[in-house]
Amino acid sequence: MDSTGLALFELGAILFALGMLGRLAARFGMSPIPLYLLGGLAFGEGGIVTMKAATEFGHMAGEIGVVLLLLLLGLEYTAAELVTGLRRSWLAGLLDIVANATPGVVVALVLGWGAVGAVTMGGVTYISSSGIVAKVLNDLGRLGNRETPVVLSILVFEDLAMAVYLPILTMMLAGLSFASGLRSLAIALVAITVVLIVALRYGRYVSAIVDSNDGEVFLLKLLGAALLVAGAASALKVSAAVGAFLLGIAISGSTAQEAAKLLEPLRDLFAAIFFVAFGLNTDPTAIPPVLGWAVLLAVVTALTKIGTGWWAASRQGIRRMGRARAGAALVARGEFSIVIAGLAVSVGGVNPKLAALASAYVLMMAVLGPIAARVVEPAIRLVQRGRADAVPT
Amino acid sequence: MNVDVTALPGIGVRKDFAVRSGRRIGVVAHRDGGIDLIVSQRDDPDTCIAQVPLNPDEAAVLANLLGAPQLVQQLREEHSDLPGITTRQLSISGSSPYRGRMLGETGMRTRTKASIVAIMRAGQVQPSPGPDQVLDSGDILVVVGTPHGLDAAARILVDG
Repeated sequence: MDSTGLALFELGAILFALGMLGRLAARFGMSPIPLYLLGGLAFGEGGIVTMKAATEFGHMAGEIGVVLLLLLLGLEYTAAELVTGLRRSWLAGLLDIVANATPGVVVALVLGWGAVGAVTMGGVTYISSSGIVAKVLNDLGRLGNRETPVVLSILVFEDLAMAVYLPILTMMLAGLSFASGLRSLAIALVAITVVLIVALRYGRYVSAIVDSNDGEVFLLKLLGAALLVAGAASALKVSAAVGAFLLGIAISGSTAQEAAKLLEPLRDLFAAIFFVAFGLNTDPTAIPPVLGWAVLLAVVTALTKIGTGWWAASRQGIRRMGRARAGAALVARGEFSIVIAGLAVSVGGVNPKLAALASAYVLMMAVLGPIAARVVEPAIRLVQRGRADAVPT
Repeated sequence: MNVDVTALPGIGVRKDFAVRSGRRIGVVAHRDGGIDLIVSQRDDPDTCIAQVPLNPDEAAVLANLLGAPQLVQQLREEHSDLPGITTRQLSISGSSPYRGRMLGETGMRTRTKASIVAIMRAGQVQPSPGPDQVLDSGDILVVVGTPHGLDAAARILVDG
């Protein structure tokens, strides 16, 4: 078989296998992300079968996947939601950062991965998966619950924090000097502020530029604009993902809705390839040595997330059961942890074991998150009943 | 009545209010147009016992079911001093022969002596509909007439 034929064959095999895995995940009502990662691990270096020819496409498609992930994340929020979310949840948001980034930072430092590794692992353990959380809340019929706005505003805070965090990480990974690092951070902050103001005041003009009644034209303009902005942001060392996120925020109203509808299948396709590409580049034989650390991180950060949600919900006057639900809902980590780890691995400058630790960690947390959200109510009830029984009558 | 409106970033808006029994009832309006009916649990006001996704047609039918009895009740009270006159709500089912046809085509007034005084659709009341008003499934017609005439009207709407 010639090389093009082989690449097509391999890519086809991977996509088909992903489809089957996705169906399997849907049957059990779980997120497909862990299965995609496992798929990548199985087909990559040191896995069961090595597929070299497909990795070239996988690399580029994975990059596009990240851009689309963040673009759609931006499209989901209006600037007004971001501003009010920020105002309402900044204290809980800060606690979230401290409580959940610290375990990652500590483990990276203990393993001797240096400052860059610490910042990377902090990001991996910090950020909840808004995709998984939103889906779980809907599946469990909790959109009407009183603690749900608390959970969602923490997610909003986290997503905005990503826009500040990713440029910092990009700059550290590039090994820039302190001065030029500060400059790219300043660029990022100015860009975020400008985009928020533009989106709040003149969002409809940005929307008008990309909008079109013709689906094909609309898709091309949208994708073109996203890649242009992502490329420009990348050139400024601000991180392509942040550029796409900001573009998503600037697009508003019905244009944003149409855009999200149009891009969703594309995102699912490219994001799946992104997860596989990350798995492909991770040597599964590197996982067993870090598995203990991954389990430790999973346990600790599940507890810290529950604590964060509990505290944030209690400040809104929500009862014990609602607090527990809010905490458990936040446990899931997923796409953005992999985005962060993927960024670090692709640029280099971090210990190669980091990819193994990050994928083992996300494998666990993407599965554990939805389970935690489901079992929290029966668990609390069991504890309460136990307590009631213990009281002598 | 105080309706609480809460933004759900990335999802939509929740609108709910507390009813006398202590529960909260309301809807979650998704950004993509979907509507969920939500009812809170009794012992835990933070949680919902039900979150029922409704498509626009279903939401409209529910709104009619909730809104029509009130209107009928009101009309009944107004007619209470006229013996022999009653008000009834009749719905247009998906299989009704008049679905998609004009109100005038039913010939209701000439055939039964009953009058269609209002049409309820999507929770909105349209008073005194004209003969060119097109009927749709899920519409609820508020009809005034003698009990005999109303029975005849109900048969016409079902069988033609």
